[in-house]
Amino acid sequence: MVDKAQIRAEAARLMGVFEAKGATAVEADILQPAGTLLDLYGEDIRGRAFVTQDPIRGEAMLRPDFTVPVVQMHMADGAEPARYTYMGEVFRAQEESTHRASEYFQVGYEVFDRDAPIEADAEVFAYIQDALSPLPLRAATGDMGLLLAAVRGLKTTGRRKAALLRHIWRPRRFRALLDRFAGRAPLPEGRAAMLAKDDPMQDAGPQIGLRSAAEIAERIEALREDAAAAPISVQEVELLDDLLGLRETTVNVLSRLRDIAVDMPAIADAVDRLEARAEALYQRGVDVDNLDFEGSYGRTSMEYYDGFVFGFYAETRPDLPPVATGGRYDALTRVLGRAKGHEIPAVGGVIRPEIVLELTAGGAK
Amino acid sequence: MTLKIGVPSKGRLMEKTFDWFGARGVELARTGSDREYAAAVNGIDGIELVLLSAGEIPRELAAGRIHLGVTGSDLVREKLGSWQDKVSELALMGFGHADLIIAVPKCWVDVNTLDDLDAAAAAFRAQHGFRLRIATKFHRLIRDHLRDHGVADYQLVDSQGATEGTVKNETAEAVADITSTGETLRANHLKILAGKPVHKSQATLFKSRNADWNEATRATLKTLTEKLGLQS
Repeated sequence: MVDKAQIRAEAARLMGVFEAKGATAVEADILQPAGTLLDLYGEDIRGRAFVTQDPIRGEAMLRPDFTVPVVQMHMADGAEPARYTYMGEVFRAQEESTHRASEYFQVGYEVFDRDAPIEADAEVFAYIQDALSPLPLRAATGDMGLLLAAVRGLKTTGRRKAALLRHIWRPRRFRALLDRFAGRAPLPEGRAAMLAKDDPMQDAGPQIGLRSAAEIAERIEALREDAAAAPISVQEVELLDDLLGLRETTVNVLSRLRDIAVDMPAIADAVDRLEARAEALYQRGVDVDNLDFEGSYGRTSMEYYDGFVFGFYAETRPDLPPVATGGRYDALTRVLGRAKGHEIPAVGGVIRPEIVLELTAGGAK
Repeated sequence: MTLKIGVPSKGRLMEKTFDWFGARGVELARTGSDREYAAAVNGIDGIELVLLSAGEIPRELAAGRIHLGVTGSDLVREKLGSWQDKVSELALMGFGHADLIIAVPKCWVDVNTLDDLDAAAAAFRAQHGFRLRIATKFHRLIRDHLRDHGVADYQLVDSQGATEGTVKNETAEAVADITSTGETLRANHLKILAGKPVHKSQATLFKSRNADWNEATRATLKTLTEKLGLQS
């Protein structure tokens, strides 16, 4: 067990690495308004975060991460481009498995840069890799941009694409919807019977609640459109499966993706970006020939990550959580800035200094 | 050292609990006046009966302040995270049956399943600017259930009573509550979503994993479970 003073010192050292590279040190409140986080992540976050009650300010959460407050701070008064670093505890409720820490340090590095996103992706990855060297770690990477582009390019209705995009970070639900839209799974119970009626809203009883008759009628219309639409083709579903099943080095993945893009031209731009990023990583000294790429990486643990995603793992210690994780989260800044129409392309990552120390100690033995 | 057993302090749940034990040769009885929360166990030595609100029995079991307790399986799952680590089920008692269900207005003819609810929630949020509200007091069970089924864009609003009325009052769009006959739901123009209930609850005899299980209490438990015809 590493003690907290050591962890804090290691966090400060790592933060110093990012400051030396030009990042501005920033702080964030531990108590965050719950409303913002609930609107972003939905009710699920109550199971993962510590919720507390302030008699005046209402519901608050102990910060589950720094990303949201740092984005908000940047949007409020940041100059662009900007590079930030921070350190401190984050708090995660662990309802099921009690062996994972519910309070731990993070050191982060975030880049807000509109002009050179690919360069910024490579920079964040390379800086974090540098900060972690010489620990023997395996890096895994992915790119949510590929899957997003593939779904947007499907030859099907806008509503189906929107439904798939909405659940892109919930793989099981995404799969269930895809199977239905491809005609491989039955319609939900009762739907066919409802649509068979001339006027489904007849005999529905009194109209109660805020959801109006017009909203109900609109959804019935949408369901009729869906029932009449052709299924997503087997070929397209197989291409999506190919994409999701990719698990090779970056170099091999690029050639596979070029093949897939022949039949799925919608991903061509995303493949170009992946190639440009590989080149930018190479220029920064990253060994891209041996850099793992996984088509599904970042889908379950990283909601709102919508481009490049990565993590660093200690292969000899599968019991430990990843030493560092990060990625691009333009989607999150769009949602947070929605009220004012702000958005800012953003990429960043966090390191867990406690895990770094544990590995350093383990290596010295 | 006595073995403490917590049972519901009033109503049908208390009566049925007394009947259940009585039918198996263990007589539980209130002592003192009608209003005094005191009780005794006849037929076995070394057992102390504690009358508690059914809602507090999960907490007392988890803390190990009672060795055994009778309460609804829904309450244990709702109130205790990782409940299997804290208590074990000794007997499903076959009464106090109730289903935890999700219900929506009957006029929502387009919504029959959780799948529909998810799609309706997305459209509702886009239209109204806030997440679709589900009134309930079973926050953990409902949240876990909706997460497992990939429902998004909803929020839970707390409702400790008269939950079925929240839709008409426009403080919620849907409800999640315990029902045995569905009568109150129908009377309030609500319908239950198709599919299995979130949880099928019944009165259950639980054993605390955290109570002081010494030689004496273990021996008493053995006598009790043998008399009740249970595996301990």
